[in-house]
Amino acid sequence: MNDYLVLRVVTKLLMPFILLFALYVQFHGDFGPGGGFQAGVIFASGFILYALIFGVENAESILPDGILRSGMAGGVLLYAGVGIVSLLMGGNFLDYSVLQHDPVHGQHLGISVIEFGVGTTVACVMITVFYTFARWKG
Amino acid sequence: MDIVGLYNYWIVIFLMMAGFYVVIARGNLIKKLVGLNVFQASVFVLYISMGKVTGGTAPIIAEGITNYSNPLPHVLILTAIVVGVATTALGLALVVRIRQAYGTIEEDEIHKLDDDS
Amino acid sequence: MITEHFPALQIVIPLIAAPLCILLRWRNVPFGIALVATWSAFIISCLLLGQVMDQGIISYELGGWAAPWGIEYRIDAANAMVLLIVSGIGSVVVPYTRNSMLLEYIHERHYMFYSAYLLCLTGLMGVAITGDAFNLFVFLEISSLSSYVLISLGFDRRALTAAYQYLVLGTIGATFIVIGIGLLYHATGSLNMLDISQRLEINGYDRTVVAAFAFITVGTLLKLALFPLHLWLPDAYTYAPSSVSAFLAATATKVAVYVLLRFFFTIFGAEFSFETLPSGPPLMALAIIAMFTGSFVAIFQENIKRMLAYSSVAQIGYMILGVSLVTVNGVAATVLHLFNHALIKGGLFLAMGCIYFRISSHHIDNFAGLGRRMPLTMAAFVVGGLSLIGVPLTAGFISKWQFVLAALDRDLWWVAALLMMSSLLAVVYVWRVVEQAYFRSPPAGSEAVTEAPTSLLIPTWVLVGANIYFGIETELPLTVSRMAARALLGTQ
Repeated sequence: MNDYLVLRVVTKLLMPFILLFALYVQFHGDFGPGGGFQAGVIFASGFILYALIFGVENAESILPDGILRSGMAGGVLLYAGVGIVSLLMGGNFLDYSVLQHDPVHGQHLGISVIEFGVGTTVACVMITVFYTFARWKG
Repeated sequence: MDIVGLYNYWIVIFLMMAGFYVVIARGNLIKKLVGLNVFQASVFVLYISMGKVTGGTAPIIAEGITNYSNPLPHVLILTAIVVGVATTALGLALVVRIRQAYGTIEEDEIHKLDDDS
Repeated sequence: MITEHFPALQIVIPLIAAPLCILLRWRNVPFGIALVATWSAFIISCLLLGQVMDQGIISYELGGWAAPWGIEYRIDAANAMVLLIVSGIGSVVVPYTRNSMLLEYIHERHYMFYSAYLLCLTGLMGVAITGDAFNLFVFLEISSLSSYVLISLGFDRRALTAAYQYLVLGTIGATFIVIGIGLLYHATGSLNMLDISQRLEINGYDRTVVAAFAFITVGTLLKLALFPLHLWLPDAYTYAPSSVSAFLAATATKVAVYVLLRFFFTIFGAEFSFETLPSGPPLMALAIIAMFTGSFVAIFQENIKRMLAYSSVAQIGYMILGVSLVTVNGVAATVLHLFNHALIKGGLFLAMGCIYFRISSHHIDNFAGLGRRMPLTMAAFVVGGLSLIGVPLTAGFISKWQFVLAALDRDLWWVAALLMMSSLLAVVYVWRVVEQAYFRSPPAGSEAVTEAPTSLLIPTWVLVGANIYFGIETELPLTVSRMAARALLGTQ
């Protein structure tokens, strides 16, 4: 592992930027191109890069299976939860306009929370898929 | 009839048939999945090229932009891509399990093993 | 107040329950969640059917976006019927899963099973409820992906290859459908089913629409396993775990038939599908071939579960035959048979699961003497078999009778005769099992076999009992299927 000095250093340098870019794509999604799917995949690719260079065991110590599994489920629940909240506040399912007094603010809030849910689920699923195949000793 | 001007459809048809052929003709389970992916990719191209408006820019609201591409097919195909990723992951996982159970990923060998047992 | 949100809740309750199963994965909590979610979905679908019968079409705009732009859930009698079938079977099968062998086998991951099961239910109900063509594709893939997982959980290693084969063919089918939807969007600029059909009527049907029709037809026929596109079905149903076979056999192909009905009649319109394009005769021919080959191959199966799977291929033939008649009676018979066949096959596969639970085999030789040793299970199998044949006083008889009437309506007496003949083939394969179970004594020295546990018998008998109930009390399914056919064909 110590042989690949260049790879290790470059990975360490790139990691924060990849994750930061993922967050940018995530939270900029309601103004410009971006959103949960893309952000989730970029975030996951940062981790997969880390796992490729430093080994799956090290990556697992940061994001263990339990957290990933909860993240997968939690993201979907967040999405559906927003829908239920908008139901309870008198709108239709996923009608963000009722979330706040001003419909425009409501739409902003709704789409941001939903995309965050999507991003969480996508990132966790992608990392889990990678772990599952990488750990396979068949 | 403008044959060259519709080149995007030729690409779609070529990819579609190439992928479909690989799915049918190859006995290796991984190669079949590769063919399936090419087949699905042809649909992505079909949708995305459908949304293109001549001279249109990216569909972001900014000053002075009146002509922009149709974003809806792009959004639709984003969903289809995610479905494709899920299908591929599941398919590969099944192939790994098949390899564990049978010791091979060649279709005819698997059939032979099934017939023997 | 809450009733107006039923269409959304119908889908959202199982959708929320699926990740909850993963989060709360201790002991029996996932089972409890699945039980509550499926039964509440069932109750909601009953209430929705009531609403549709009282007030007509229900429309629900997701996110408050108006119909042609946003996703609309649009429920008429046809959707409501399919929702009732799917959620009904889904809720009856859940208690059965608790004690079936499946959970001992995947023991520490049972929460994943319930999660996949609920997602499959969500997908199937979503296909049935949505009024948006692309949304239909998304739900179709949700249900398909989870059903591949469920099938691969089977005990035999051939379950894996069956799931793989289904995955490849199912994906091709779904991709064909999505190509067709894309071409329709190209031609009309809309994804809302109602809007597409109205725009098609105004703009006319050009070659793009014909291509879309071809892709969608082949895609759905692959999904619903009409002969000769049925190759994935026998393996998938044979090697899947018992409860999964019962659930999928009773719902998955039914939903695909519904998709075909929706595209043929609502979106393209009967005139374009059957008069402009000659789809009727080829569909009828394939349906009749399916009826005979399915039943004929079933007769020679040693594996009883495989026999039931081939019988499903034949039964799908009946349904498509009803579609190809293009009359209110024919389509009504198809919708009715969707309902009745779900009860028949659900009951039979559950009975099969009870037998497998005790003797760990699907082979016909091991059925010898079971009639005396597992009287309740075998009685359920026999009643289900009688309904499959179409003996009077069972649900199967009612739908066969409707098919015959619909065929005679069109003066197709030979079709009616063929229908009767293929029912005779069903007598042969059901009789083989009956003979083995009741008139052969068990081989000497075989282990003692006792009746299946009550927790398996109750769901089985609920479905089998429904066969008898709906064979006598025919008014409700007949009225609803007639309403559904009128809604689909657009005649009031």
